[in-house]
Amino acid sequence: MICPARITGRRTETAGIYTFSMRLVDNAVRRAYSFRAGQFNMLYAFGVGEVPISIVSDPGDPEHLEHTIRIAGRVTGVMAGWKVGDVVGVRGPYGNGWPVEEARGRDVVIITGGLGCAPVVGLINYIFRRRDQYGELHILHGVRTPNDLLYRERFDEWRRAPRTRVYLTADQPDKSWRYKIGVVTELFDELTVPPSSIVMMCGPEVMMRFAAHALRQKGIGDDAIHLSLERRMECAVGLCGHCQYREHFVCKSGPVFSYRTVRELFGLSGI
Amino acid sequence: MSEALHMPQPALEDLIAMLWREGFKVLGPVARDGAVGFDEVRKVSDLAVAMRDTQEPGRYRLGQGAAGEIFGVVNGAFSLKPFFFAPEETLLEAKRERRGFKVSEVAPVAPPLAFIGVRACDLAALAVQDRIFLHDRFHDTHYQARRKDAFLVAVNCARSAPTCFCVSMKTGPEATTGFDLSLTELEQGFVTRSGSAAGEAIAAKLGLSAAGQNEVVSAKARIDGCAAGMQRGLDPTDLPRLLYAEAENPRWKDAASRCLSCTNCTMVCPTCFCHAVVDQEELDGNMSRRVRKWDSCFSLEHAHIHGINFRPKIENRYRQWLTHKLAAWIDQFGTSGCVGCGRCITWCPVGIDLTAEVAAIRAHPVKR
Amino acid sequence: MKPRAAVFKFASCDGCQLQFLNAEDELLKLAGQVDFVYFPEARSRALEGPYDIAFVEGSITTPDDARRIIKVREESHYLATIGACATAGGIQALRNWADVEQYRRVTYPSPEFISTLSTSTPISEHVRVDCEVWGCPVDQHQLLAVVRSLLSKARPVLPAYSVCMDCKRRGNVCVVVARGAPCLGPVTRTGCGALCPAFNRGCYGCFGPADDQNMESFARLLASQGVTGDDAVRRLRGINGYVRPWRETADAIAADKK
Repeated sequence: MICPARITGRRTETAGIYTFSMRLVDNAVRRAYSFRAGQFNMLYAFGVGEVPISIVSDPGDPEHLEHTIRIAGRVTGVMAGWKVGDVVGVRGPYGNGWPVEEARGRDVVIITGGLGCAPVVGLINYIFRRRDQYGELHILHGVRTPNDLLYRERFDEWRRAPRTRVYLTADQPDKSWRYKIGVVTELFDELTVPPSSIVMMCGPEVMMRFAAHALRQKGIGDDAIHLSLERRMECAVGLCGHCQYREHFVCKSGPVFSYRTVRELFGLSGI
Repeated sequence: MSEALHMPQPALEDLIAMLWREGFKVLGPVARDGAVGFDEVRKVSDLAVAMRDTQEPGRYRLGQGAAGEIFGVVNGAFSLKPFFFAPEETLLEAKRERRGFKVSEVAPVAPPLAFIGVRACDLAALAVQDRIFLHDRFHDTHYQARRKDAFLVAVNCARSAPTCFCVSMKTGPEATTGFDLSLTELEQGFVTRSGSAAGEAIAAKLGLSAAGQNEVVSAKARIDGCAAGMQRGLDPTDLPRLLYAEAENPRWKDAASRCLSCTNCTMVCPTCFCHAVVDQEELDGNMSRRVRKWDSCFSLEHAHIHGINFRPKIENRYRQWLTHKLAAWIDQFGTSGCVGCGRCITWCPVGIDLTAEVAAIRAHPVKR
Repeated sequence: MKPRAAVFKFASCDGCQLQFLNAEDELLKLAGQVDFVYFPEARSRALEGPYDIAFVEGSITTPDDARRIIKVREESHYLATIGACATAGGIQALRNWADVEQYRRVTYPSPEFISTLSTSTPISEHVRVDCEVWGCPVDQHQLLAVVRSLLSKARPVLPAYSVCMDCKRRGNVCVVVARGAPCLGPVTRTGCGALCPAFNRGCYGCFGPADDQNMESFARLLASQGVTGDDAVRRLRGINGYVRPWRETADAIAADKK
């Protein structure tokens, strides 16, 4: 059921990307609400429609919800106009989320590519809030041009944190670019991690395919590589069929899959 | 299954009347616009009596059948699907309030339905849809509301259409489960069995006597004859492995050169469950309805998200449909998505035959 | 403040703009939401631009119209074409395959007073179009859905899949399969609710091509039904005959015949 939620905060990340804080209006609903890291909500713009958006706030404080929305289509176009005080709709949480329990005590490699990968920012924040529970943290991020690098200050902040390394690369750098040049897999030369590490990634499928190949070379098993997939979703409960990914519903068995589960499909186009 | 009973033809009239009296809306195969479809029946003569269908890929005609034969037509374009999984229905209503809005569920209109003349393939398909809509982590209240009280009278097939292949899919021609009553039509009346407590109760009220041994033998012979004479087949051996491995078989392109991507196969398929969820706002902006409509993986929009289409080509979509139906479905739901009713073959305007496509892929694999 | 809307007419029959007035139950709501400041068919008041929303009916067939549409575009923040004429060139685009000069001489006693272009072209060939509402005429629900979307600050999106999907949702028996009737449904954009097949007739293609269609296969289907040569060309060169996939297929069939 769609639950009304009031917008309590609006932050512009960059042109066309906004983070909204919201609070479920109904007290009972809000108190009963809980989620896991990496799950998503269906956000509803009255009369216009719903879209799946991952929750980037911390599951330790489930009464406070944050969603980062990239303005891309008809529904998100309307969401761009959401203001503090507006009442919007929330239905969720859905999906399986990141394997944060499985990752406990291990070195964690996080790989993203493309424009601002919100699910991963939520994950990184999650780990930082429980920093002593995790080993070394490696954050790899590839962009096309330096302009595509969102959250620049946050990367700098993470870079300064103990037991954390940040690796950045741009495919088409400009003069200001101080980091690596090339696609994300270029970063793997510098990455030294034990085979017991766990990997979580999010981004274009082709990027994740190359990354998975490179990680295998480092002795990391397909079971330890997790990736978040994106598909059209209309119901989010495994009934409408739009997110069908061979035998999986991405909304229900995903959006996070182990590479072992999807590796056969990854080289194919039009799946 | 219970013991075989003899049902004289006039008792079918009684059965229809009794079901109406019990509060059901009774539907059966009725001839309309050149095909049969489930429609309201008050008496036996409302059914497509003394008619037969001829079917082939892309072609369906209704013609004269054997005199007095009540269930001579194998099937039509529509299965039971539209009656339980509605082609279009409102799920929710959201109303604007002074601060925000309020959402309420719209209860489905669900009079109890009784169906006379359901074929084994369609019963099997209903079980497949039950698995999806009722027996999963999330279940569908609208489907459930219509499904729970349905009374199903099956008819065992004494003849098949050339497009039928239920024998390969192990779903027919005899209905063995999922019905309340089953009928096998003979020259004189029917052999009937009950398949549920509700069916047994109705049979008792009809006051039927036990069927004679020769009737039972004759009924079995008809069903066996139908099975033996079935012209079409689909080898189900190891289908998931075959179709997964053959994702890049050139046959997909070949099929796509014929496929119109018109969605007809998925619309007539008794198990296809894809649906669009659409919000329709009133013009004054004070109310919005959430509507569910049948959708199809053959539409371009189906796999589209902001600037990316995951299945832009018809060959992607044909492969998606067939691979899901015959292979991924098994891994996903523990059963094939195909029951062998043959509708996707008959009602494809260009007559694409999935059994032929699978056979071609099996005969010429690119991977071994 | 209510958005200022205008309805402009070019070469057309007025049937599409009439869909606004036919809205009956919705008409009061519509008037409550939108201020039609320029709508000659509905009211005598005609205010100057700029307009928030312009609905353009009709195709471009005269030098004067070709100039006027540019002014309409300049005055309009959002421009939606309504109907087959504005969106595809309309039935009058048949002239695109004919000798207009000859028509002029034969039809009019004083042809020198007639100033006309040799083609009928869709609005999108002249100016940028923000939204295309297909149909002959347009479907009233689609028209009002576009209005509602704009009021909700959402980009209007209309379904572009084939008529077959709505035909089956409606429970029609397929006229191609059950009667062998030629029907453009499989390659036509939905919008009418599969009206003709519901009355046992093949689809005429009033809503133009669906977003994805396999015209080679469709032409073979027509041929298998005995619809070939001029007959096939005429079916495709109907109300939306000048739209690319149908135009090219009809042209290919016509060329094949020669």
